[in-house]
Amino acid sequence: MRDVYIIGVGMTKFGELWSKSLRDIFVEAALAAIDDAGVEHIDSMYVGSMTPGLFVGQEHIGALMADYLGVAPIPAVRVESACCSGGMALRLGFFEVAAGNSEIVLVGGVEKMNDGADVTYALATAADQEYEVYQGVTFPGLYALIARAHMVHYGTTRKQLAAVSVKNHRNGALNPNAQFPKEVTIDQVINATLVADPLTVLDSSPVSDGAACVILASADAAKGLQKPLVKIIGSGAATDTIALHAREDITTLKAVKVSGERAYKMAGIKPSDVGFAEVHDCFSIAEICIIEDLGFVEKGQGGPFTEQGHTALDGKIPINTSGGLKSKGHPVGATGVAQAVEVVEQLRGEAGKRQIKGPKIGLAQNMGGSGASSVVHIFKAE
Amino acid sequence: MPSPRYRREMPQRYRLEAGKCKKCGKISFPPRLICPACGSKDFEKTKLTDYGKIVSYTTIRVAPSDFATQVPYNIAIVESDNGVRVTTQVVDCKPEDLEIGKRVKFVFRKLSAEGHTGIICYGYKAVPV
Repeated sequence: MRDVYIIGVGMTKFGELWSKSLRDIFVEAALAAIDDAGVEHIDSMYVGSMTPGLFVGQEHIGALMADYLGVAPIPAVRVESACCSGGMALRLGFFEVAAGNSEIVLVGGVEKMNDGADVTYALATAADQEYEVYQGVTFPGLYALIARAHMVHYGTTRKQLAAVSVKNHRNGALNPNAQFPKEVTIDQVINATLVADPLTVLDSSPVSDGAACVILASADAAKGLQKPLVKIIGSGAATDTIALHAREDITTLKAVKVSGERAYKMAGIKPSDVGFAEVHDCFSIAEICIIEDLGFVEKGQGGPFTEQGHTALDGKIPINTSGGLKSKGHPVGATGVAQAVEVVEQLRGEAGKRQIKGPKIGLAQNMGGSGASSVVHIFKAE
Repeated sequence: MPSPRYRREMPQRYRLEAGKCKKCGKISFPPRLICPACGSKDFEKTKLTDYGKIVSYTTIRVAPSDFATQVPYNIAIVESDNGVRVTTQVVDCKPEDLEIGKRVKFVFRKLSAEGHTGIICYGYKAVPV
């Protein structure tokens, strides 16, 4: 396989983008990434999007985006894997360059969730439609079931869950692209409106519009660029049962664990080599399970580790320096690509007020459903 | 819930019918064509037991449109006495009555309706015992 570099990144602000359409936001992010890379052309394109058909009634968005970006007739396809559609699109783009089929590939993620759809229904389609959703379960409900079990089995406290949201909002407050760039307190999180007990609205990522894009290139195509190079050194993906109830242990996200192990193996590193990470904090409990299942901390220790500040910007391993899905926003199909944008900006030293000191290796973990799919990428500054 | 989809799942939703792997004994609910434990394709029909216990639970406060009039309602993962886990509503009790390990019984109830004039969708729920 050939080496693959990220040579350009771009994203829109995340939020309620009432005056912009699905195609507008994708093109805005794509042009920013193309401009950042300084490339004249792209060879092909992958667009991660969870369910534009349910959110805005538009399918076939690979072709739509190639058309509106003015790059047709290049190959372009939409990639779907629920909330890890963006991460999976990145994986396909990575393999296309690694395989030698293309020199320069654009990978994007986009979602428009605020145009009037039944968002709770649309998101629930990523769960088992006949045996979970039919019974009335929601996504917050599934993560609440995980949270309750985690609290009973490992002693994770309500306050520790809240500490995830507090930390991510603190980081997001430093991110100009964040949907909610403001801080919250432990008390505010715990006393906010309940969505699915014990999770409140401030344990949950918001409903967002947004797009993010990266430009991937081979070593030849990346040569001569006047900016720090970021190399993708590992990519791992995995799946698990679609229904949460079918898992042996509902507090372990096996797909996260396995996708992490595969990415570490490809990169030839250990979890302790990772300097910082963007992880899929769709709900506060998710971040706690993920940092355990990626091996950053022992199983059951995610809550105390977070509460003690070890995942803060100045902690042992900063997690979600961007503000995460919680504060930055979660336009579902765009999230995985936006994570890559943050990791690249950190590795280039371009993360502004939220810049961490001297990062060398960063990781991005993106998850679909209640953990039925997961994809992990590892990036290194060169 | 479109009618063909609903009708197809009636054996599971009405009668808790499952598939038991003839090779390794694992019970799959709903029935599958391939055993997730051993890969065998040889099954016999069986049923979930009527009783089980709560593995985890929550109370849904924000629901999809089909369930919006029911909030708040309890949802749990319940493990039947023959070891099969399902997601189900737990009714005839208050949220504070629930706890992990609590015994429940599966009951036959209305789950939702297809609009005002469409089919009524039935299925299983659980009640504490």
